[in-house]
Amino acid sequence: MAQTLQFCTFYLDKLLFGVELKGVQEVIRSLDMTQVPLAPAVVSGLINLRGQIVTAVNLRRLLELEPSPPGARAMNVVVRSDDGSVSLLVDEIGDVVEVDDSSFERPPQTMRGTVRTMITGVHKLNNQLMLVLDTEKACQMTADAVVAGQ
Amino acid sequence: MSESNIVQDFLVESYENLDRLDRDLVGLEKNPKDADALAGVFRTIHTIKGTCGFLGFTKLEKVAHVGENLLTRLRDGQLTLNPEITTALLGMVDAVRQMLKEIQSTGQDGEVDYPELRENLTRLQQVDVSPAPPAVSQKSPVAAEVALSAPPEGTVDAVAETDSLPAPAATLSVEPTPPAAKKAAAKSARAVAKVAKGLSSRGQTGEVPTSQRESSQLPPASVDTAQGHGSENKAAKAQSAASGQSAQELRNRQAPSETIRVAVSVLDKLMTLVGELVLARNQLLQISNTVEHAGLQAASQRMNLIATELQEQVMKTRMQPIGIIWDQFPRTVRDVALGCGKQVSIEMEGKETELDKTIIEAIKDPLTHLVRNSVDHGIELPDDRDRLGKDRSGRLILRAFHEGGQVNIEISDDGAGLNPERLRQKALERGIVTAEQLSRMTERDIFNLIFLPGFSTAPKVTNVSGRGVGMDVVKTNVEKIGGTVEIQSTLGAGATVRVKIPLTLAIIPALVVTCGGDRYAIPQVSLLELVRLEADEVPKGIELVHGAPVYRLRGRLLPLVYLNRELKLAETDTSAGKDDAVNIVVLQADGRHFGLVVDQINDTEEIVVKPLRKQLKMVKTFAGSSIMGDGKVALILDVLGLAQRAGVISETRDRALTEKHAATGAQAEKQAFLLFAGPADSRMAIPLNTLARLEEFPVAQVEMSGSQWVTQYRGQILTLIRLSVVMEERRHRIRALQAPPMLDSGPLQVLVLNHEGRSFGLVVERILDIVEDPAAVKSAATRASVLYSVVIGDRVTELLDIPAILRSAESQATPSLPATRPAEAVH
Repeated sequence: MAQTLQFCTFYLDKLLFGVELKGVQEVIRSLDMTQVPLAPAVVSGLINLRGQIVTAVNLRRLLELEPSPPGARAMNVVVRSDDGSVSLLVDEIGDVVEVDDSSFERPPQTMRGTVRTMITGVHKLNNQLMLVLDTEKACQMTADAVVAGQ
Repeated sequence: MSESNIVQDFLVESYENLDRLDRDLVGLEKNPKDADALAGVFRTIHTIKGTCGFLGFTKLEKVAHVGENLLTRLRDGQLTLNPEITTALLGMVDAVRQMLKEIQSTGQDGEVDYPELRENLTRLQQVDVSPAPPAVSQKSPVAAEVALSAPPEGTVDAVAETDSLPAPAATLSVEPTPPAAKKAAAKSARAVAKVAKGLSSRGQTGEVPTSQRESSQLPPASVDTAQGHGSENKAAKAQSAASGQSAQELRNRQAPSETIRVAVSVLDKLMTLVGELVLARNQLLQISNTVEHAGLQAASQRMNLIATELQEQVMKTRMQPIGIIWDQFPRTVRDVALGCGKQVSIEMEGKETELDKTIIEAIKDPLTHLVRNSVDHGIELPDDRDRLGKDRSGRLILRAFHEGGQVNIEISDDGAGLNPERLRQKALERGIVTAEQLSRMTERDIFNLIFLPGFSTAPKVTNVSGRGVGMDVVKTNVEKIGGTVEIQSTLGAGATVRVKIPLTLAIIPALVVTCGGDRYAIPQVSLLELVRLEADEVPKGIELVHGAPVYRLRGRLLPLVYLNRELKLAETDTSAGKDDAVNIVVLQADGRHFGLVVDQINDTEEIVVKPLRKQLKMVKTFAGSSIMGDGKVALILDVLGLAQRAGVISETRDRALTEKHAATGAQAEKQAFLLFAGPADSRMAIPLNTLARLEEFPVAQVEMSGSQWVTQYRGQILTLIRLSVVMEERRHRIRALQAPPMLDSGPLQVLVLNHEGRSFGLVVERILDIVEDPAAVKSAATRASVLYSVVIGDRVTELLDIPAILRSAESQATPSLPATRPAEAVH
């Protein structure tokens, strides 16, 4: 029997993304954010998550999408990484979906370079495609961007 | 409890015991008659041995066993402790420690079972079977002897006597806690002496050894003894008095056992939670001030007090006395002093001064370094001291005390002190300062030269005033935790190094400022003063030196740094207007002063420091983050990083580079390296932690042993390995190897390294510097004996593979070489 996986889904610029549910700590509405001067643009700022200071990542920018329209309030998908929690800023939260291996496919060859390392594949849902985001890689890419920015 | 837990407990306990063993043994050397200490040492080794046998660490057990045998002889008075025995026992402690490490990392007690050490210990056991004191050697009439040797006054000597009796080891397992236990022991000894007297007068000697033996167990048991045998004779009264007393002592003794071991991670978590509670409290206070409700106000006030007290208490749990580090120093001092033929006594004041655990860990190495330096370079040889009219034995005084929210640690010696003239010369020689700069330097500035990198590592490090390897590393490490190092010295009378460090790192006082609409915290340690220029003073007050803004602070120019510009923040309306007041925060970084212009100065606050996550660690303008009273996050400015960014600190290129690496290194995985010039002027490095010392040997001291270069070093033969030979192409090697030292060349620069318990010297061309560097850029080695090439201080440097060099040197030394060259050939 094929193994089923649960994904927490969200929208970014009308695209549907999914992250594995077991890596998600919580989903919260937008919080006050402190900007970090001199940090690269992929870092939106720091938020206070009940006493824990969490870096907020501008996922649109990290995935090389269009910047969000002005005034839009982003949602936080807080994921666990090997170095504490990281908040991914997304436009809108979707459902939790359950999929199995049969709907999975590798990303198309035509997908561009840096994004390709973070998107491990695509699940073909009934009415839409869900891009699978590797959160560990996404955190790593953020750190790399910070290093490169120095 | 699983077996791994048992092993873990065994390790933790044994490490603690070994530290105490070091201390006790050195103490015993001075006072070999201290039977309490001897019994303690014996007990520790016995416990380790016993547990090892139980856990199946047979090699460790073997080593502990021979040690125990030797100690049995000492305890029974058949041997007296002398330096040779002490050294052997300390060697055993080291071996045990090594094996424990092995167990920790591999779960096994290692391959080595130290046959030489065991042989040595066994030999010492047999050497002088000198006639032991009669009281002990004649075992049959014990009672009478004890009665004679334990006077009714029952002093500590009495304890000594009772302890030295052949009591079975098992009964000694109760640990005496001085002084209560000593007293109690003296009491019971006195009582026993009386019993003994009574009994022997009645001729019932046979009974006595048992009671004697039992009462030499300390308090808890002695109560039983007293009660068990008390009714027997006329000494019963004395005994019940003693038992009453010891019951009292017994209650006092309960205290130590009321402690429990807590994992540091639990304390860390507790600390975090308290930090959050403090924040919640702050928020609550803010709200309660706006709401008119008597009940709420009273409750929030109480909450305020409780939270403050809780914070203090939790901080206390993480506090440890500095004695934890100091207790290792008598051993260090003994070893170093013995190694260089000096006599040094160590005194300590303020051992109980407490510091946060993280700080204790951070200052351990720097302090050890300073102590070693004082003994090695500060204190003169006994003969020299005689000539100078000083006591043959040098004094080293450690002092710790609280002052102004900081802890001061002083390390003083009564040795030669620093010679400013030599320092001046050397600074000039090394090109660290110009003659013109020198002429303007105060004596204090000159002493501070020894903290510069490249100064202390200068070739003449061992005999000139440069106090050994890496005073700059000491300074870097102390500054990293927000401390300072100062040195005072009087030529011929000694030197004092004063280290000032904060009590804790977790919660620090900071000044909160606003800039570009966000708040930033500036650690109070870097803060000097605040200056406010009213709007009408601004045009006059801030002047430009070729575009660089400055302010005249009491007649001296203070460079100004605009925080919003440095952080590339949008200029807010308030700071843009020329007619507004200007707030200047005067800061110091690395000894330089500068003024930081901010939009608004808010308040000083105790902030809870939270490190930045991996994603932001590389932004070196910030040292961390913290949560403010209103729940928003504020960034903590790294004053040093900011100063570098703004170009305030930019001395010589190398210095700035080192600093930069030290600063980034605090976050990246950084390592300290010793840089030196190898053959053909190539730049090479070894990790600093592999280095034992830097030495310089005149060529005339080099002798030949076979084809090896050797020299006499601290009473041992030190093999010298020439990098120029190891690195030589194979076909040239033999010729190069056989070459005797060239008499006309300058002294040899030697790195003394320890590898797997052996010392050897690596001869290099020139010693360059000590740097801290993440050494992140690596490439594969291009030749043998090199691990890989790294970029250190912006230059490609080869990192040496020490085990490979050793192997290569050994393989060259042994086979296929012509006959031995006589040593005379050198001279």
